[in-house]
Amino acid sequence: MTDPSTSGRAAPALGIAAGVRRGDPSAAAVVQRHLEAIDEHDGVLHAFLTVLHDSALAEAAEIDRRVAAGEAAGALAGVPVAVKDNLCTRGVPTTCSSRILEGWRPPYDATVVEKLRAAGAVVVGKTNLDEFAMGSSTENSAFGPTRNPHDPERVPGGSSGGSAAAVAAGLVPMALGSDTGGSIRQPAALCGVVGMKPTYGTVSRYGLVAFASSLDQVGPITRSVLDAAALFDVIAGDDPRDSTCLERPSPRCAERCDQGVDGLRVGVLAELLDGVDPAVGARVRQAAEVLAAAGAHVEERSVPELRLGLPAYYLVAPAEASSNLARYDGVRYGLRVEADTAEAMNSATRAAGFGPEVKRRIMLGTYALSAGYYDAYYGQAQKVRTLIIDALAAAYQHADVLLGATTPTTAFALGAKVDDPWAMYLSDVCTVPSNLAGHPAISVPFGTDDGLLPVGVQVLAPALGEAVLFRAAAALEDAAPALSAPRVLAR
Amino acid sequence: MSAPGAWESVIGLEVHCELKTRTKLFCGCRNAFGEEPNTNVCPVCLGLPGSLPVLNAGAVELAMRIGTALHCEIRPSLFHRKNYFYPDMPKDFQITQYDAPINVDGFLDLPDGTRVGIVRAHMEEDTGKTTHVGGGGRIHDAEHALVDYNRAGVPLVEIVSAPDLRSSTQARLYVSELRGILVAADASDGRMEEGSLRVDANVSVRRAGTAELGTRCEIKNLNSLRSLGRAVDYEIDRQVALLEDGGAVVQQTRHWDEDHGETVALRSKEEAFDYRYFPEPDLVPVVPDPAWQRDVSASLGPMPAERRAKVSALLGPADGPARVEQVSTVVELGLDALVVAAVNAGADPVLALTRAANEAAAEAERARALDAASFASLVRMEHDGELSATQAKAVLADMLELGGDPAEIAQRRGFEALGAGSLAAVVDEVLAANPAEWERYRAGEDKLAGFFTGKVMQATSGRADGKAVAAELRRRRG
Repeated sequence: MTDPSTSGRAAPALGIAAGVRRGDPSAAAVVQRHLEAIDEHDGVLHAFLTVLHDSALAEAAEIDRRVAAGEAAGALAGVPVAVKDNLCTRGVPTTCSSRILEGWRPPYDATVVEKLRAAGAVVVGKTNLDEFAMGSSTENSAFGPTRNPHDPERVPGGSSGGSAAAVAAGLVPMALGSDTGGSIRQPAALCGVVGMKPTYGTVSRYGLVAFASSLDQVGPITRSVLDAAALFDVIAGDDPRDSTCLERPSPRCAERCDQGVDGLRVGVLAELLDGVDPAVGARVRQAAEVLAAAGAHVEERSVPELRLGLPAYYLVAPAEASSNLARYDGVRYGLRVEADTAEAMNSATRAAGFGPEVKRRIMLGTYALSAGYYDAYYGQAQKVRTLIIDALAAAYQHADVLLGATTPTTAFALGAKVDDPWAMYLSDVCTVPSNLAGHPAISVPFGTDDGLLPVGVQVLAPALGEAVLFRAAAALEDAAPALSAPRVLAR
Repeated sequence: MSAPGAWESVIGLEVHCELKTRTKLFCGCRNAFGEEPNTNVCPVCLGLPGSLPVLNAGAVELAMRIGTALHCEIRPSLFHRKNYFYPDMPKDFQITQYDAPINVDGFLDLPDGTRVGIVRAHMEEDTGKTTHVGGGGRIHDAEHALVDYNRAGVPLVEIVSAPDLRSSTQARLYVSELRGILVAADASDGRMEEGSLRVDANVSVRRAGTAELGTRCEIKNLNSLRSLGRAVDYEIDRQVALLEDGGAVVQQTRHWDEDHGETVALRSKEEAFDYRYFPEPDLVPVVPDPAWQRDVSASLGPMPAERRAKVSALLGPADGPARVEQVSTVVELGLDALVVAAVNAGADPVLALTRAANEAAAEAERARALDAASFASLVRMEHDGELSATQAKAVLADMLELGGDPAEIAQRRGFEALGAGSLAAVVDEVLAANPAEWERYRAGEDKLAGFFTGKVMQATSGRADGKAVAAELRRRRG
């Protein structure tokens, strides 16, 4: 178990856990303090859709009982965690920010939620997201947008905007998000926190409400790299309930964060600098210099195939979504708009229950899978995935990790892109390649732009390369220019 | 051939077979028929948000058994999603195998010698079951519908034949033979009445001698051999009448209406669903390793054709349509092993077969548990005249109900042997008591044999053997 008191690396969550395990402070006090912060600040931020006051305090009391009894309390003992509201929590509304799931309470916990609890973490609430994780600003929530703690007139990014904003504002030290095309890393970058997408198959998807099954992964959002590694270690692992889970030994990334980057080969990806804001580009260059100064071999790399990522992503993801979201038909759970026939009820329910972006993607995906178009769209997009995987494999012959921007811009104003889906989709251009390839990637806060908005730098690694990913991320964190404090911040 | 005149009918069948696994295809819920609705369900088979399928290895094994029994090539396979909306389908898509099925290119030989190609036999999940309430149970008049998801996710293998069948008789023969194979492979309980086997028929007609296929219609809802035969005949007649009137067959899906004895159009090709198949991203490819395939192949017992041949071989020249029927019956009911064992223990083959195909068949489940040596003793006692046919049947009934040794049962029932001498004496008495009838019989009135047999049975309390009585009568008439 990593003890931050010996490593010296910032780890607010692990710091809490270490204290709770010693009995000072109590888990109850920690959780109470965070619940109060949520009550005080979430009126402005709207990061949470559900706050679990009672169950969180009950779970905290159980942790304190274990500590008092000398029982093992877990790596995340007493750490308050927020969970994106597309992860199932037994008996607790799980809305995916959609009207269509109105009233539904899952009869089971997602595997990652079970793992959190087993590690002693306390789930304090469910966070806002773009409806069914479709979006890059959290404005596509049926329950209203989340605001960026650094500037409440700006978006927190998305789709895990609630989780990223909650962590950035200090309402919780860590949160879970899900990343289908950048939905963890992009909001982490825009909110100035750490966000990591694991290798596909490393974290169970059981209980994650599916958006695009072949791309979705659950991952950590935290204030430090070490906390992210620790949370990843907790949620990673094979699950007999998810056939796409890989059998791999415990990654034990937290204890290897400090191994440094001496001799590491770092490729700076031209395609992940192309067309990004100059201020963001400058930070990526600065990050490369920092790694070089720490002993890494830094070289420019170009993987032109990555330019095909965005169009391929916007075929694969909607295609799978069109099928995954078919089940919201008003028959068994959630919203039902009554009508004379089953078919009419089905149409009326879906018309009323889904927001415009979800409908747009269902239409796109249905079209892409239609007879006569499958080969030209879905089939072709799958070929592009293979192309990207092969091209990245070639790049990793010469590099251990790749470096680039997480997002082309810093946080944009609320409402700026809601009427221009294509401009919104471009927010994902730097993040989708890792999802298409199934590779891990992390966004690390690295200074600000001229307007004092956070900039995220992205590190990419090959499949199962989480250990080296966290090492590089830790080295960036060590030398990162300071952020200004969020305007909305719990003390 | 039932195709009238110069018309030839071409039939291909799709048979959905429910596998008799303990649990469902993608979750741990029990695979059971006839239970309280919506009790064998869980987040996975209800398609709740966030749930994921996990493939049941037992179902893969049964699919491989079917493939092996049908001489298929077993290949690495994939699952796809077949997307369409229906209230009894929880996810609004069905997980099925599309262009990479587990079993391909096999065949099935009909008892009439016809070889029917098996195009594929692939795995898929079953849907739930909808009951329309009110309005006489018809969909369009129903007030509401009730859905039972106990069947949702039950494993199926869909077996698709080549269009190699030429008549409703052959179609029935095919399903009957396939059913026997599925049961022999221990993959299905074969209960058509419970929906364990469900048949769709593709029917077209063409002028005899042409190679090109006519436009076909797919007929759904064929839940018994009788429905299959009637529906195929109806459809052939309908298509021929259309063509002879100068019309054309429209490619359609049609529903068999059992009550009205007709097929009714459901939807045409233009209205067909676009299922938007794509590979199921929540499952990984199925690649059965060669050792597993060898184990499956080795554990497969003999199939019905081989078992029928084995029983027939015991009969020697005593063959004929009635015998063929009896052989089919004992194999179908799994009583062939009993017959073979009895014959090997010295029983008369024809008599053993007859008792198995008639009296034992009526209590097939108990008969399968019968001790072969005891059955052999019974057959031998009857054959040697120690028991009359009537007595032998009574003893067999006791054996089936209570078990036990046939000799002891016969003794308990007071069935002492009625030797040839005492039978002759009884016959003499009966003839003497009925001289007028005897004269008429002697004059050629054969039907009086029955009268005398009845009298002899009366006098012997049923202990006499009917055949022996007939022989005595014939002998005396000269």
